[in-house]
Amino acid sequence: MSRLDVKKTYKLYVGGKFPRSESGRSYPAVGGDGEVLARMARASRKDLRDAVRVARSALDGWAGATGYNRGQVLYRVAETLEDRKDTFVEQLTMTGANRQAARREVAAGIDRMVWYAGWADKFVQILGNLNPVAGPFFNISVPEPTGVVGIVAPEAPALLGLISRLAPVLVPGNTTVVLASERHPMPAITLAEALHSSDVPPGVVNILTGRKDELIGVLADHMDVNAVDAGGAAGDQLTRIQQGAVHNVKRVVTMNGPTQSPYLIAAFTETKTVWHPKGL
Amino acid sequence: MTLATAHASVLPDRVTTATLRSFLRSVPSVDEVGAAERVAALSTRSIKRESKRAALDLMIRMMDLTTLEGKDTPGRIAQLAAKAIRPDPTQPSIPSVAAVCVYPNMVPYAVGATEGSGVRVASVATYFPSGLADIRLKLEEAKMVVAAGADEVDMVIDRGAFLAGDYFRVFDEVRRVKEACGDAHLKVILETGELATLDNVRRASLLAMAAGADFIKTSTGKVTPAATLPVTLVMLEAIRDFFDATGVMVGMKPAGGIRTSKEAMRYLVVLNETLGEPWMTPDRFRFGASSLLNDVLMQIRWLETGRYASPDYFTKD
Amino acid sequence: MSRSLPTTSHRPLLWEYARSTESTEIVDIEESYGLFIDGEFRKPKSGRTFPTINPATEERLSTVAEAGEADIDDAVAAARAAFDGVWGSMSGAERAKHLFRLARMVQERSRELAVLETLDGGKPIKESRDVDIPLVAAHFFYHAGWADKLDYLFPGMRPRALGVAGQVIPWNFPLLMLAWKVAPAMAAGNTVVLKPAETTPLTALAFASIAVEAGLPPGVLNVVTGAGATGAAVVGHPDVDKVAFTGSTAVGKVIQDRLAGSGKRLTLELGGKAAHVIFEDAPIDQAIEGVINGIFFNQGHVCCAGSRLLVEESIHDRFVDKLKRRLSTLRVGDPMDKNTDVGAINSREQLEKITELVDSGVSEGAEMFQPDCALPERGFFFRPTLFTGVSQSHRIAQEEIFGPVLAILTFRTPEEAVEKANNTPYGLSAGVWTTKGSRILWMADRMKAGVVWANTYNKFDPTSPFGGYKESGFGREGGRHGLLGYLDWSEG
Repeated sequence: MSRLDVKKTYKLYVGGKFPRSESGRSYPAVGGDGEVLARMARASRKDLRDAVRVARSALDGWAGATGYNRGQVLYRVAETLEDRKDTFVEQLTMTGANRQAARREVAAGIDRMVWYAGWADKFVQILGNLNPVAGPFFNISVPEPTGVVGIVAPEAPALLGLISRLAPVLVPGNTTVVLASERHPMPAITLAEALHSSDVPPGVVNILTGRKDELIGVLADHMDVNAVDAGGAAGDQLTRIQQGAVHNVKRVVTMNGPTQSPYLIAAFTETKTVWHPKGL
Repeated sequence: MTLATAHASVLPDRVTTATLRSFLRSVPSVDEVGAAERVAALSTRSIKRESKRAALDLMIRMMDLTTLEGKDTPGRIAQLAAKAIRPDPTQPSIPSVAAVCVYPNMVPYAVGATEGSGVRVASVATYFPSGLADIRLKLEEAKMVVAAGADEVDMVIDRGAFLAGDYFRVFDEVRRVKEACGDAHLKVILETGELATLDNVRRASLLAMAAGADFIKTSTGKVTPAATLPVTLVMLEAIRDFFDATGVMVGMKPAGGIRTSKEAMRYLVVLNETLGEPWMTPDRFRFGASSLLNDVLMQIRWLETGRYASPDYFTKD
Repeated sequence: MSRSLPTTSHRPLLWEYARSTESTEIVDIEESYGLFIDGEFRKPKSGRTFPTINPATEERLSTVAEAGEADIDDAVAAARAAFDGVWGSMSGAERAKHLFRLARMVQERSRELAVLETLDGGKPIKESRDVDIPLVAAHFFYHAGWADKLDYLFPGMRPRALGVAGQVIPWNFPLLMLAWKVAPAMAAGNTVVLKPAETTPLTALAFASIAVEAGLPPGVLNVVTGAGATGAAVVGHPDVDKVAFTGSTAVGKVIQDRLAGSGKRLTLELGGKAAHVIFEDAPIDQAIEGVINGIFFNQGHVCCAGSRLLVEESIHDRFVDKLKRRLSTLRVGDPMDKNTDVGAINSREQLEKITELVDSGVSEGAEMFQPDCALPERGFFFRPTLFTGVSQSHRIAQEEIFGPVLAILTFRTPEEAVEKANNTPYGLSAGVWTTKGSRILWMADRMKAGVVWANTYNKFDPTSPFGGYKESGFGREGGRHGLLGYLDWSEG
């Protein structure tokens, strides 16, 4: 007699906890053959509101950490991802990828996290500089995190796409609310578990699963979200995000070209320029 | 300790190096770049027509016509005094200068040459220009020049003591010289070129005023830089703060390096916009200068004739 | 303790300066101006015109064409043709020489441009002469040198020009805002359709004539005059690749909305309500000057004006006394007088807006101080104004007034200063005055603003990026960061 599998309940990741949706709703994650792989929590607008609130309260701590510290935390994330490699491969395979491609995606994702981890104590040197103003002033421009960033994760590749958009947001010290791939949400929650068991402070990354069309408008309209990465938004979703952004002049990032680039980090920073006289 | 109490203090035991140091530490700092910007902005003021003519007259009336050379002689003093009394013999309407400023030994000649003219006699004292002598000698010298008829005494502070943090010595010397001067007006030279920073200028200004200075003065003329606009601005601001605290109106004298009426005009604008009308008088503002006078006379001649003037038509004294 | 100087109580202290009026002979204002499209001045197809007046006298200076949609079509087509035909393919080195030449010609005609700026906009001649126009030339010089060095902007980046830039600029620094927009756009290889503000079109038109004289290829720069509808047509034009706007947050939001889904690139430089923080240990007299310059420079028509003064409670009274005394020495009046510190309000509309907000300050219970200075009988003028006893919730502490009005609040601790400074949807600029170095850096780290002036204020330089956080907009102008707004760098 075969053993009955113990199936995992997939929940949201908010504020360092794994709550169910306050709405009590779920939706099926469907495999490559159309079978239901798991039921995912279907986040509500209130779940999103809660996620933004905890992301805001986590901001000062994460942004205020040293680049060296953030770099170590992100490297630690890569370590914990490596630990879950097989789980990720399994999940990606279930959603239709062949096993070899799944392995490649997982490896690329982990390596990408390592690549970005290394930027945390360097990007300021690439993006910032002293400005030679015509006068007796010290003048320096430095990038600072934009704040709370909403990420509309790409639908695919579910894991690599998410890591590629998440890491550059985290590097400069932003906190984030992620709308995971709607079709293939399981890797996102497994990633959340990896984040949770690494040293990422609670609230820095919050991951919601559910219907993007239901949540994107709420995210775009939210007055306490400073920027939205629309990298994973479809055409009409992008327009909706850009319309919602108007209410508080959100930055909407659409850079879809690069897979890894310090200028993707730059897209989630604000340049601050400080002047001071030089005199006796 | 506040400015007011420092000023009111008469008993030596109430003013000590410690109290002076804590007071001077509480003095707001000065940002050099900001001070330079302020005077640069004021230097763009455009003074024309009747305002300009009035200002040129005022410059003359505010002038301490100065000779401080080792080769000064009674003859030289007599010539200077004649120029001081009647700067332009062809134009009697041009006023006399405020004072002639000379070395102690020249005081009797200056007194004789200016008698009855209204031109005052100022003497440097306290072992000008270094001030590095025993206080008894300095007091003796101050008393001597006053006894010889000087109306005003221009003393120097001990910059070494100031820079070494011996504020009590600086304060005490000014106070005792002031006492020695009796009714003569005391101008205290800070020698700002040696104080090096505007923070020091502001502190030394307040220290000198608290000790009883009637005027504070930038320079001996023997050190470069002498008077500058930022230094003057900071001293004027210190005068304003002192007035706010005590109600006492102390005068200001930039000296050294002011050679053209255009430069002098900038000082007047800075004065006007920092302290205003009550200070726009020879009683509260002086220029320590020698070659400035002829340039002012040439400007007046130009205003009156519409032709630019030549130095050949003005006496070199 | 503070006492007023003997004569300050009743009237301003000024030893009266005789009037020293800049001559207007140097400028030759035409009776009317057309649109500058494809290298020539043209009559508008719209058939419409509007007057531009001198706000200091309310007299008409000239009549200017109002560009309609057909005119914008022409201008964008000319810009597109110039991009495709000449400018986009020109070597960076050649583009650089064009920009250097423009910079030189601005310098050569600097006094003329300064007089024109003051006549049309109302700012004091000493500011247009000593600040605006020199910075215009500096911006062209700085960006000229970048034109052939774009590959060195950021390591590994391979930037490319975007195409046609539609630019809409405000009336507070008319020619300088043109320079901030046009110089980087052209250095990066874009062509431009620029719409100046309707109350201040003349220096942009003068610049267009400079472009002709300088031999700039036709269509690289097009100047289309008009009001809001013209601006909307520029930013909404389907063949514009990039939109840059400087102006109010309200209009910025309209533009952002209009561009949603269009795929156009956008940078916005919007409003502000800058906190200017004064600590007890500040260099006090320079701080006074910084505060005065921060709010009364250009009549307070400055997006980064230090309009919210936060003074440490322990020095509030002394600081306000000094501020009032200094306020009383400001010379308000004829902008063409070289000794005027505060000139004319740019328009009747703006004067009404300032008046309305100041009235709200009084009715909400703040205490108002204005010096007793005479204002000219004609023209739009407003006395320098400060309010004490202001609360965070007062409208004058929340809304951008864009006029010579300072709201003064207090704080007790650095944390409180930061909290109040950041308690606004804006984030353009901030100021801090303290002698303690580590506190400056602590404050600068925490103030959410694109520009932080420490122990100085309202400093601008072409090498120094400028732009806001939050609702003050996005993108930077100036420095190497400013060029990114005119380049496609999405491929990393």
